[in-house]
Amino acid sequence: MDLHLNAPYCMGTIVGVTYDDGVVLGADSRMTIGMLVANDSVSDKITQLTDKVYICRSGPAAVLEFVSDYVRNILDQQTIQFGQPATVKATANLVRLFSYKNTNAIQMGQMGMIVGGWDKYEGGQIFAVAQGGTILKLPYAIDGSGSSGIEGFLDRAWKEGMSKDKAEKLVVKAVSLAIASDAASGGAVRTVTINSDGVRKNCYPPDSLPLCDDKRRRTKTKKTTTTRTERRIDAPKP
Amino acid sequence: MSSIGTGYDLSVTTFSPDGRVFQIEYAAKAVDNSGTVVGIKCKDGIVLGVEKLISSKMMLPGSNRRIHAVHRHSGMAVAGLAADGRQIVARAKSEAANYERVYGEPIPVKELADRVAGYVHLSTLYWWLRPFGCGIILGGYDRDGPQLYMIEPSGISYRYFGAAVGKGRQAAKTEIEKLKLSEVTCREGVIEIAKIIYAVHDEAKDKAFELEMSWVCDESNRQHQKVPDDLLEQAKTAAKAALEEMDAD
Repeated sequence: MDLHLNAPYCMGTIVGVTYDDGVVLGADSRMTIGMLVANDSVSDKITQLTDKVYICRSGPAAVLEFVSDYVRNILDQQTIQFGQPATVKATANLVRLFSYKNTNAIQMGQMGMIVGGWDKYEGGQIFAVAQGGTILKLPYAIDGSGSSGIEGFLDRAWKEGMSKDKAEKLVVKAVSLAIASDAASGGAVRTVTINSDGVRKNCYPPDSLPLCDDKRRRTKTKKTTTTRTERRIDAPKP
Repeated sequence: MSSIGTGYDLSVTTFSPDGRVFQIEYAAKAVDNSGTVVGIKCKDGIVLGVEKLISSKMMLPGSNRRIHAVHRHSGMAVAGLAADGRQIVARAKSEAANYERVYGEPIPVKELADRVAGYVHLSTLYWWLRPFGCGIILGGYDRDGPQLYMIEPSGISYRYFGAAVGKGRQAAKTEIEKLKLSEVTCREGVIEIAKIIYAVHDEAKDKAFELEMSWVCDESNRQHQKVPDDLLEQAKTAAKAALEEMDAD
């Protein structure tokens, strides 16, 4: 079987939601090279761009680390020039200009980023910068390979004006669900909560996640229960 | 005024022994000889007014504009050499457009003023360029509220509550200081500026003039626009009446 080991390191699932006072960004921590899981615990996919604006990276790791450094460099200079930190919109725009201008470069691959943060003019904002350089201002956004499985969940579960704790729990649950259904997502869930007071980072280790324990992942059907991992898709129902 | 800078005033790259660059001061004199330009920051916006001296009866009213829009939210009034002013305005428009392309949001007025001042200053650094003979009053309304900047030929840019350049600047500044700008709205400001410009216009020395005014305020939806015709007429009438009152004393 071809493990595609020449593929770049790739990233799993990223989520960003707004709540009443700010934003919560979340990501898993699995790094894959092709079909191989390179590392499950170390990577921090949520990177700082300015004091209160962070970016979630999903896609080729090396490229996106470069994008973050490049944008952070420009913003440092702009902060000094302008005397106050850049707005979330300006930051997101810089990220998407980079994405747009380099769409055709070969090593880019599938690149999806979520820029989220807080500024004093517009409060908490989430911008999704999708493949090719589209920029979308959204109340919540998801990206990465594991995101397709949680589209419906997040559409149902996100409500306007949530509190900070509810928003954080929502993000953790969303990423856990993605981890459960996607092979390229796994490991811990990291969250970053940004509001007018500042930035708070959290890490939820794998065994604390709601769906992590295989024994608990059961289908509640009639009397007998089977673990989802054991039942084959074409096996007769009990 | 006789030239005191003999020998040290031939090039903009020469300092005089007492630390002045005479070419820049001569450029400022070009500004002082032009029609008065006034700008004030009212509580809800900025008002700019120009005493546009008409050199010939054949000129079409409304042509040769001295107030230019730089971006949706800001405008510049130019005193001094009009052609130099056009160049600066073109550069300002380009800076504003470029900023929006890179950062995704309209250029903050402070940033715009810094960039224009940098550009004006640039031409005072090289012997093959001459300084711009223009004083610029830049007014804009961004997220931090209305702001007014004045940029001099030396490249200095300060932020003001009220500013005036040109022939009648001393008298205009005195009049502006009498106003309580923090309480004046832009509607009232338009009338005050019209009065000031009519008052400082020297009937004896100069011929006719045309009053050009623009504003950027809450009422204009924070967009830089010409003052609406009806308000302009109202302002002119009030100004002429005030002038007659003064003459009658």
